[in-house]
Amino acid sequence: MKYSLKVNGEIRDVDVEPDTPLLWVLRDELGFKGVKFGCGVAACGACTVHMDGTATRTCIYPVEAAEDIDITTIEGLADEGMYTDVQQAWIDEQVPQCGYCQSGMIMAVSALLEENSAPTDQDIDDAITNVCRCGSYPRIRKAIRKVISERGAA
Amino acid sequence: MAEKKKKLTRRKFLIGTGAVVGGGLVLGYAALPNQMKDIAARHKGEGQILSGWIKITPDNKVTVIVPHAEMGQGTHTALPMMAAEELDADWDLVQMEEAPGLPEFANQPLGEGFIVGDSLPDILAPLINKAFYSIAQAMDLQITGGSTSVRFTGQYGMRVAGAAAREMLMKAAAEEWDVSVSDLSTEKSFVHHKASGRSASYGSLAEAASSFDPSPTPTLKPKAAHTIVGTRTIKRFDIPGKVNGSAKYGIDAEVDGMLYAAIARVPVHGGTITSIEDSAALAMPGVRKVCNLGYAYAVVADKYWRARTALDAVEIAFDAGGNELVDSDAIFARFSEDLATHELEYDIDEGDVDGAEGRLVEADYAVPYLAHACMEPMNCTAWVRDGVCDIWTGTQAPLMARTAAAVAAGLEPEKVTVHNHMLGGGFGRRIHAENDYVAPAVEIAKMAGAPVKTIWTREEDMRFDEYRPAVVSRFAAKLGEDGKPVAWKNRFSDKREPAEAPLIPYGVVNQSIGYVRSQSHLKLGPWRSVDHSQHAFFTESFVDELAHEAGADPLEYRLSMLADAPRHAHVLKTAAEKAGWYAGVRDGRAMGIAVHESFGTIVAHAAEVSIGDDGMPRVHKVTCAVDCGEAINPDNIESQIESAIIYGMTGAFFGEITVQDGQVVEGNFPEYEMVRLADVPEIEVYIIESGAPMGGIGEPGLPPTAPAITNAVYALTGQRVRKLPLRNYDFSASA
Repeated sequence: MKYSLKVNGEIRDVDVEPDTPLLWVLRDELGFKGVKFGCGVAACGACTVHMDGTATRTCIYPVEAAEDIDITTIEGLADEGMYTDVQQAWIDEQVPQCGYCQSGMIMAVSALLEENSAPTDQDIDDAITNVCRCGSYPRIRKAIRKVISERGAA
Repeated sequence: MAEKKKKLTRRKFLIGTGAVVGGGLVLGYAALPNQMKDIAARHKGEGQILSGWIKITPDNKVTVIVPHAEMGQGTHTALPMMAAEELDADWDLVQMEEAPGLPEFANQPLGEGFIVGDSLPDILAPLINKAFYSIAQAMDLQITGGSTSVRFTGQYGMRVAGAAAREMLMKAAAEEWDVSVSDLSTEKSFVHHKASGRSASYGSLAEAASSFDPSPTPTLKPKAAHTIVGTRTIKRFDIPGKVNGSAKYGIDAEVDGMLYAAIARVPVHGGTITSIEDSAALAMPGVRKVCNLGYAYAVVADKYWRARTALDAVEIAFDAGGNELVDSDAIFARFSEDLATHELEYDIDEGDVDGAEGRLVEADYAVPYLAHACMEPMNCTAWVRDGVCDIWTGTQAPLMARTAAAVAAGLEPEKVTVHNHMLGGGFGRRIHAENDYVAPAVEIAKMAGAPVKTIWTREEDMRFDEYRPAVVSRFAAKLGEDGKPVAWKNRFSDKREPAEAPLIPYGVVNQSIGYVRSQSHLKLGPWRSVDHSQHAFFTESFVDELAHEAGADPLEYRLSMLADAPRHAHVLKTAAEKAGWYAGVRDGRAMGIAVHESFGTIVAHAAEVSIGDDGMPRVHKVTCAVDCGEAINPDNIESQIESAIIYGMTGAFFGEITVQDGQVVEGNFPEYEMVRLADVPEIEVYIIESGAPMGGIGEPGLPPTAPAITNAVYALTGQRVRKLPLRNYDFSASA
């Protein structure tokens, strides 16, 4: 089946089975390898992208339901060679270790901070349920706090 | 009285088996000039390769070639820091590249380092024993594991290589300017001659410098002169690519014409396929082939999801190899039975534990199998054609991956090229101890006659891991009049590496630590900190029990037995003081403490815990003191300690692989739960630079984590946790 997807601002056509998870379409049909396969059951968040701005786990999201939605992957978060403030905070706080989960983490955090500019620790705990096996969580929380305080100061 | 028979350490084993012990700590480096020719030839025209792994180009850039894999532990930055420090390089001009998987880049200093013997990369020992590798071959293991990169490759390779290259550059300048080397100085990638005001960049001197032989014993900088090592200004090289999605992991490999495979093993470990029905799968869209590997089957298709979908349409019958009735209860029952009936081997058997007089305290402990659960499921892309094989994957041991691929492809290792990638988690899983993921991928690619990327599902990854062993450990101690143990007897049901993991730092005159080797049909492998992960829980819990039996403060009790272990005592005291052990904690909370040495590094944690409304412990804060001898990248040390504590917490709270009908039950994160952001305590890390020989840092933060928490749980609830994980308990009565 043919589908027309809007990814990182561009219309892209793909021809895959309707039940194909968006994850594999983004990775293998369209080359957005920053979107990661972690669990296949939406339990870890490594595959998180933005769909109309909402953090969405794509490993169980069928491509047939993804048309007419603005999809943003980690590759489309900032212009080439640039970083968003969230990405910059990840560098400043030296957050990633193996790094495999961090695309999904950054997408989840970026969406949270768009929805709620001053989340409490409880809000952050409730929203950011992605798994990081390396345990970069203390630095993730620090980086989130840094972005909140910088945005508040701006 | 029992005969004294302290077991051999691996050092004795290695030396005892006839290894030639050479003349000093820089052996690994001294052996390099021969290899240099190969390396230089390979990099011809790309700048001058000076000593060891250092390349300098005319634009004055320094490239450090790192023979280790990056899996988040920071070695791709820490090793260049060590080389650049001794080279006196301008850090802004330093870059790194990972060495290809070739013998000339193997961890020679690592192998030599442990034969010289100030510490031992234990990760190698089982491989050596098992595969009958000679010592020389062991040095060819280009392995990343055992917390070894910085303390062996870094200490004996990178530092020496950097210092030797600096001397060569100075010699070149001296010759060019006709001055004495002793009148020259270096700073930030330039050689200066102060008297004449002349300066030259390393880049301009590199070609002339390469005509000198690198010294095997160059002068290293004193610590006080360090401007890179030990500072907090260095940012890791690998991080930018990990925040914008551009970092390439094995699963991201792309080869022209590549197909995809999904794989499933026979559900009972060790089972074999007896028949396969694949006609339905073969009729599905895009499917090219169904492969029967005997122990597994795979579907090859033009798209991964097509392969994955068609895999469900394959039906197999299998011979379970007699393991179809095995379950977890039977496995633990067998451990206990074997402990009672099998002949013991000993780690230590000194004094007379049975004859000693004192009050008997006994306790039985156990831990379950644990999966690694790397975030990146196992995967490997392979292409076998025209007598050669290429593999693209993330591996902690490229040369072992090469061997596995060669065997599977039916080729000589020299015909295999390993394209190593970033590792989406390693933790020992990507060392290829047993249940290798490279070999099946190569077999599949060979059958398909095309490049094929085989991707394990999370469930396949978890159900067919090389697990941290399940172990039963029994203690019997005797307490003297003063409440201190006069006898320490420990018996446990499995032994891997490192040999010293069950040893205690406490002064107890009569000690007997012995084991049997009892396991099930599951495959086992190194899991972050290996045997330390269970033994620290066992020994530091039991010593805590003894303290309470003696009516003593658990910290003071430990300290009173550490007269001969001053580093342990200092680490314990530091953690306790920083945590406010003596000040006490607020109502409803308690603090537990534990100390353990592993990979040459001593770590103590003080954990502050309460019981939540759900009856589960809640860890509020972990205060850690770590003595790793010398700190290369302090920020990264803190990051690794945080990581190890959280990895250890996941094991302590949730980790449990169980077996039913010969099959592993847990397949994915809902059943095999992970610590998440909401569960993470405040973590404070205090680094102690004692000047002792450098220890590792990737693993040592893990072992004391579980006992610090469960000791706090005991202090709070009076309930002693003797079998992990915590989630099988309910402490709500104490909430």
